[in-house]
Amino acid sequence: MEMIGHCLGGLPDEACGLLVGSYGGEEADQIFPTKNAAASALIYEIDPKEMLAVDRQAQASGSDIMGVFHSHTHTDAYPSPTDVAQAQDPGWHYVLVSLRDTHPVVRSYAIVDGVITEEPVVVPGLGEEPGDEGPGDGGQALGEPRVGEPGHSR
Amino acid sequence: MAVEVRLPTVLRTYAGGAPVVTLDGATVGEVLGKLVAEYPGMAGQVVQADGSLHKFVNIYLDDDDVRYLDGVDTPVPDGAEMSILPAVAGG
Repeated sequence: MEMIGHCLGGLPDEACGLLVGSYGGEEADQIFPTKNAAASALIYEIDPKEMLAVDRQAQASGSDIMGVFHSHTHTDAYPSPTDVAQAQDPGWHYVLVSLRDTHPVVRSYAIVDGVITEEPVVVPGLGEEPGDEGPGDGGQALGEPRVGEPGHSR
Repeated sequence: MAVEVRLPTVLRTYAGGAPVVTLDGATVGEVLGKLVAEYPGMAGQVVQADGSLHKFVNIYLDDDDVRYLDGVDTPVPDGAEMSILPAVAGG
């Protein structure tokens, strides 16, 4: 919820932040909204100084940065070619928040060597997803029990 | 000059999973050279072939981004902490 609020607050620009928890684990323990250093509606860049601070705080508490989230203001919650090209960590979760429609849609992906694999998402407070999610089925829309949009048009 | 180098998760796999390694070097470039010599899997991921910093990496010496100091020529004080962070960006 904090993540979605940060994304809505960042409009008209893309907003972003970091997920902290166990590297390679499934669940983020903490969300750290950060500045979009690119200050753009088309691209994002985690403010490096804020990233350093989050990284230090995470390590001090025995955790690691284990993913990143950012918003797409006018497109699907699916990684853009730029997202894929710049995804460096095969162990991270790359979370997309689409603000295109009335209800924000949250989806999560692993991006390994340019290959995108969708992961199920559970947003606290919105109930659990049914298990065994296939691609195109893992997103959750705020305010609705569940919205999965088949297909991944950009 | 001994310096602690904090590694991002993506590079730790090349260092046996270690989050921090201790290396010697008088400049940022020397330390990074030792890093790659010690852990060859990191070759090309932090420093480019011409010795300049890879554009998808940010290097902090204590609290300062070395790009705003003297880059790879930045002197490393003894006991300094160097942090290697991926530049996290997309579209």
